Parts: sequence; C-alpha cells; structure tokens
Amino acid sequence: MKPAPALADGFPDLSGMQIAREPHWFRWISAALIVLVLAAIARAFANGQIEWSYVNRFLTAKVILEGIVNTMVMAVLAMALGIVLGIVVAIMRLSPNPVLKTVAAGYTWLFRGTPLILQLLLWFNLALVFPTIGIPGLWSARAVDVMTPFLAALLGLGINQGAYTSEVMRAGMLSVDIGQYEAAQAIGMGRLRALRRIVLPQAMRVVIPPLGNEFIGMVKATSLASVIQYPELLHNAENIYYANSRVIELLIVAGLWYLLVVSILTPLQMLLERRFARGTLRLAR
Amino acid sequence: MTRPLVAIRSVSKNFGEFQALKNVSLDVWPGEVMCLIGASGSGKTTLLRCINQLATVDAGGIWLDGELLGVREQGGRLRRLTEREIGRQRLKTGMVFQRFNLFPHKTALENITEGPTQVQGRKADEVRAEAIELLRRVGLSAKADWYPAQLSGGQQQRVAIARALAMKPMLMLFDEPTSALDPELVGEVLAVMKELAKSGMTMMVVTHELGFAREVADRVVYMDQGAIVEQGRAPDVLGAPREERTKAFLSAVI
Repeated sequence: MKPAPALADGFPDLSGMQIAREPHWFRWISAALIVLVLAAIARAFANGQIEWSYVNRFLTAKVILEGIVNTMVMAVLAMALGIVLGIVVAIMRLSPNPVLKTVAAGYTWLFRGTPLILQLLLWFNLALVFPTIGIPGLWSARAVDVMTPFLAALLGLGINQGAYTSEVMRAGMLSVDIGQYEAAQAIGMGRLRALRRIVLPQAMRVVIPPLGNEFIGMVKATSLASVIQYPELLHNAENIYYANSRVIELLIVAGLWYLLVVSILTPLQMLLERRFARGTLRLAR
Repeated sequence: MTRPLVAIRSVSKNFGEFQALKNVSLDVWPGEVMCLIGASGSGKTTLLRCINQLATVDAGGIWLDGELLGVREQGGRLRRLTEREIGRQRLKTGMVFQRFNLFPHKTALENITEGPTQVQGRKADEVRAEAIELLRRVGLSAKADWYPAQLSGGQQQRVAIARALAMKPMLMLFDEPTSALDPELVGEVLAVMKELAKSGMTMMVVTHELGFAREVADRVVYMDQGAIVEQGRAPDVLGAPREERTKAFLSAVI
C-alpha cells in the first residue's frame, strides 16, 4: 500500500476551537419593547372602567356554565354532522359518476356561497315557508314545533361545516399516492373498500391539522346561534348584561371561556395526530 | 394439448394520440416464466396493466384462464363487467409494482393479510399463519410487525411479493420490480423471484435485468413502439438476436 500523499500547507488545524456566542442585541431590544407595550396595555385596562369583581363573580355563574356546556354540545354535534357530510360529499366529488359529482359541487357552492348567519336565520324561520312538515300519510307536525333553536342551529352549523369539510377531505384523499389505489385494486378491492381501508386512513393524517382548525372555528361559530335564541355562551352572557348593563365585564367572561376551551383543544389535536401517524415515524426498534 | 393461461389477441391501447399497444397477440403458458424487455414507452408495462385491468384495452381481447377479461359478449356486442366482477377476475393475478405501493399505515404482516381477510373474507388466524409462512419464504420472518417506512427498499419489495402471493394467484405480474432499488438490494428481490419461478409459478416480468432474464426466463419478449419485435428462448433473443432493433437495444443496455 502506498502512503497517503502529503497535505498542502496554508490550511490551519481548527479542531478544538469553539464558535463564539452571538450577542443577539436585536432580540433583547425587541423583547424589552414588547414588555413595555404589554405593561402599558395592562395598566390601561386596570385603570379603565371595568369592574373586575363582576368578571370574577359571573365567570362561574350557573347561566354562564350552562352556556359553555350548550356551546360545546352544539360544536361537537355540528362538527360530527359536518365531518360525515364532508366525507360523503368528498367521495361523491371524486367519483366517476357525473351526477354525484355535480350534486356535490352544487352543495359546496350553495353553502359556502352564503353567510352562515343567513343560513341559521333561514333554518330557524323555515315555518314561514312550510307551515307543516312531514312525510305525507305517515307523520306530520307544525314546523314551529319541530324547528327548535337547537335543531335550527345544528342543521345550519353542520350543513355549512360539511361544505368546508368536504374540501378538506378531498384535499386529503388527493394527497394519497395513486399507487395506493392501484395496489388496493390489485388485491381485488372495489372503490369504496379501497377508500375506507386504504385511502381514508392515510388521508386522515393530512386532514387532522386543518380539521382542528375547523373545529376551533366551529366552537366560536356557535356564538352566531345566539341570534336564533339558542342558549349558548354568548347568548347567555348577553341576557345577563341586558339585565345588569355590565356589558364589557360579561363579554370578557365569555371571551375567557372561549379562550380556555380552545386552549384545551390544541393538545387534544396533537394526541389525535399521533394516533393517525402510524407507520410514518421511523421509530428505532 | 393444454390451453394458454393468458391469451392476448390483437390488443391495442391508446393514451390520447399515443399508441401504447399496437395489435399485440401473445400466449403465456402455465408454468412459463416470461420476461418482457424493451425501452421505456415500448408498451411492456401497459401490457401488464391491461392483464391486471388497471388499464382497459381499446381493441382486441385478453383471456385469462379461459375467461375474457373486463367485458362479456352479449347479443353480438361487448358489455363491460361490473366492478365486482372485475375485482373477482383480478384475484387470479398478483401484481408487484415498481414502487412497491405497500400500505404505509399497516405493518408488513397486515399488508399481507389485508387482501385475504377483507376481500376474500377468510378467517383471520388461518390467514395470519399463511402470512407468517409467506414472510419466512421471502426471508423476512423477523420483520412481521415493522411498518414499510422502517424497511429497506428490497425488504419492502419482498413484502409486496408476499402480499401478492397471499391471494393465491395463478399468474404473477412484475412491473420492473427492481428498478427503484439501490444496486446492492436488487439481488435479494431477484433471489425471491427465482425461488418463485422454480416453484412452478407462471410469471410475466417486465425487467431491465438481462442477467435474470437469461438465467430464469423460459421466453424473452422484446417490445418496441407498442409491438412485439422478437421473442424466443432467452439464449436466442439475448445471445443471437435476429432483428436489427433488438440488436440495437441490447447493445445499448449492456
């Protein structure tokens, strides 16, 4: 074996030397400025005309707690309806059948194209269009009795959500490699079984972050149902300040509760993401 | 005289303006190992995909085990089969893809058991025992509970072969099974395929591995521009090609 050729001069040995820490002046200055601004805001609120004792008192008032429960019940149910509709519509949208495709596109167009608050009002006032509803010969009822604030809010929020969720779901399904469909077909699976067993589980991984986003949006969108008398958090807070005129205090109470709920949802989403990340992490064995 | 397992008659297939297959006819006999060679775009992959009905033929017909694929003659016309009937026909073939296409959210073992349990509706424990035996056969007993992302390309492709075999196909289709592999991993996949060929499985292999073709293939088919140019025993086609186009291709590859 030949000896390695001699190395050229002029390139000093840097081993053992450390890289000096940077001072990061800008970070320190910007942090100090932000602390100042925050302190000024806190001082303004402390001296402003807010009776913090009312905030404290109503934060755990029975009506407010009932409101937050109603808000969460509605958010969960409407989101569930939205996800079911979203999956069905996304599958219809991606099907080779032109009729299903058109229906799905039309649904998304209609419910994304009009304001949510308008849809809620329409559902709530359905009795103006159809005084009685039912199945001819089997069952019928007065629409005002059936279309309670609860049902109107559920339909309005859920069906609207379905239009948005269908696009999220479609994006997720499109993100799955075409080879996965082919491999599923090659072992004899039909379209729907391949979707259910192979494509949707992989799409879920992509879809959960935007769906988490949508659910947080839904928690807050339930506040729109206050206009149709559904007793959710904001509606109940409003009812209190109509009586005692402590408007800002009760809005702060509602705001704190919304913030708390959303703060709890974020770690829940991470747990769900981990569940659907199966097989994607190169875990050491 | 036995009948061919696959009979391809005057098959044409177009993708828009592009003619992928031009009037191709071919027989594949039971137990035969056939290697399809040719430049990319010559139609060999399309031919495999037509046999597995991942692509539909535009003209002509393919019979598998005596049964016309994809369509049925009725009153002098051809009617397309339902998705369910096509699914049943597909079960007679196993397909191995260039890019493996394992299901990433399922372990190696689950990839293999998915078809038999979900499509064929067979008992889970019986299928599981067979799957473990198949993993042993492809040399991956220790990797049963690993996910595809944790396996090397060669290991993934061997799982994919086991997954196809689990459906007990009469015909195995290989679409460039080693083209996506690092060179040092090609051998382990080819070894599994050789063992499979020895066991008597009928195989159609689209490949650029001429060494494998020479050693294992009963027949080599050279395709160019959507047509079969030359076919015959491996030593004849690869060693002493008669057609100019075959000679040009072989000298470019080696």
